[in-house]
Amino acid sequence: MARVMTQSLLPRQRAALNAETLLIGLAVLGLIAAPLYFYPVFLMKVLCFALFACAFNLLLGYTGILSFGHAAFFGGAAYFTAHAVKEWGLSPELGILVGVAGAAALGLVIGFLAIRRTGIYSTMITLALAQMFFFFCLQAPFTHGEDGIQGVPRGHLFGLIDLSEPLNMYFFVLAVFLLGLFAIWRIINSPFGMILKSIRENESRAISLGYTVSRYKLAAFVMSAALAGLAGGLKALVFQFATLTDVSWQMSGEVVLMTLLGGIGTLVGPVVGAALVTTLGNYFATSQIPVTLITGGIFMLCVLVFRRGIIGELYASRLGKWLSGERRS
Amino acid sequence: MIFDIPIQAFLGQLLIGLINGSFYAMLSLGLAIIFGLLRVINFAHGAQYMMGAFAGYLLLATFGIGYWPALILAPLIVGLASAVIERLMLSRLYNLDHLYGLLFTFGLALVIEGTFRYYYGSSGQPYAVPSALAGGYNLGFMFLPKYRGWVVLASLLVCLGTWLLIEKTKLGSYLRAATENPTLVRAFGINVPLLLTFTYGLGAGLAGLAGILAAPVYQVSPLMGSNLIIVVFAVVVVGGMGSILGAVITGYLLGLLEGLTKVFYPEASNIVIFVVMAIVLLIRPAGLMGKEA
Repeated sequence: MARVMTQSLLPRQRAALNAETLLIGLAVLGLIAAPLYFYPVFLMKVLCFALFACAFNLLLGYTGILSFGHAAFFGGAAYFTAHAVKEWGLSPELGILVGVAGAAALGLVIGFLAIRRTGIYSTMITLALAQMFFFFCLQAPFTHGEDGIQGVPRGHLFGLIDLSEPLNMYFFVLAVFLLGLFAIWRIINSPFGMILKSIRENESRAISLGYTVSRYKLAAFVMSAALAGLAGGLKALVFQFATLTDVSWQMSGEVVLMTLLGGIGTLVGPVVGAALVTTLGNYFATSQIPVTLITGGIFMLCVLVFRRGIIGELYASRLGKWLSGERRS
Repeated sequence: MIFDIPIQAFLGQLLIGLINGSFYAMLSLGLAIIFGLLRVINFAHGAQYMMGAFAGYLLLATFGIGYWPALILAPLIVGLASAVIERLMLSRLYNLDHLYGLLFTFGLALVIEGTFRYYYGSSGQPYAVPSALAGGYNLGFMFLPKYRGWVVLASLLVCLGTWLLIEKTKLGSYLRAATENPTLVRAFGINVPLLLTFTYGLGAGLAGLAGILAAPVYQVSPLMGSNLIIVVFAVVVVGGMGSILGAVITGYLLGLLEGLTKVFYPEASNIVIFVVMAIVLLIRPAGLMGKEA
């Protein structure tokens, strides 16, 4: 396919940019209006998982590292935040910061070990290290083992806004979610993000261009872990507890599924995937059929039939090409 | 007495470690074989181990087929079922990134476990020790249940047999050749896709065999394989991916180490294998017996 001349694309691209801005604006308006129609706790759950999946996608979709241990950062931060807020009496925003810092520290350790190998090997390392963290959480006294940390107070944001009000909490979660998404968007569109993508595409070439690839990988790992921690800390405040479920390897698998289903390497794909998987989980939680049966089936289907995910397929379709201003061939 | 610990407790834990190690060795052997040829990390290995145990349980419960025939039948059933899945689905993923194989088998594991949970619930089903292996020997310093001795012996035989199959037979030489260069082996007129299917079936069958061996020791439950598999992954990473000998030896050693940790510092027994993995990665990223990739 011949490359289309840049000049002829410009008006179209501008239109596409407008279309994209419009869509994002509509989505944000939709999210602001959403608590009128949906149960706020469910929406907050979706937003937390969506942020988690986006953070995960920063690593898988833009750096090409598949981590099968992201639950350690998500669930770990949930524990740290819950402990900081409940035992130390910190305010919610500081509690979340503690969670983020803890997750980033964990990401530094796990990432440092994981990037010593590449591809499938590093995936197994993340999985094993996250499992080690799971056993640590099972036995460490501050996590209260099987019971988890319960009755975490939501507190007052900046000492002013009462987060025990569902709507206040919802808008706080929404604000943090949008902030996280904006951070990811900034990261992937920065020169740093471009280098990450070049590592994903061809690691040896990135090395030959003089980039210290391992440092970039580690930086991406820590950022992804910190953002996953942001989602985890938020979730601990929303549900007011932190349990072993969030650090288990099943959770790591779930976030992979969300990203895969929505579209690896797309900004909004993980959000869509998270919304779908969470809805499915809620729906099947009350039925006889184990949720894993459904999620596992979707997993196999995604891998076999549509590896680009929902949003990825949409981008690849005619509509998507028109929206992004690419000329049909 | 060693460090104030009674010798019975010490040897007892060591025996438990050896038995766990036997299962680690058998499972990591299957994983290493599959990985060596297919380059697929078989996440469904734990589910296939569970299927082996369930096959034995169901053969007994529905057809009245006892332990000894089940020892042959269960691995065959698991191997055949897995070979069908490989042929129909997994084989479509070989020319993609290896990560897709991992993701596919992960989904497969969830589906298998979900199905068994749907029919049998999460609680365990008991499976009696065969009468020939009931009871035990009094070794003077400790009591050795016969069945546990048999598990250790059987796993050694299985590992040795598999090693001989791969290193000393014609089929094994095809396997090793196809690992090195599948295209060339195909050019010599050997049906490589069939070989891949066979290998996957063999690896899964080994997991099934481990499962039926485990049925009388642990309870038969749908989730019996899901936590084990991650420990086995760590074993494979320590041994060096794709190194069959490495997988087997590391399996036994780490099982023993886990047993020892239970004696001296029980709190760390769950994580000691992962700690070893982290240390090995720092010193020798390719694993103890792996080649530098």
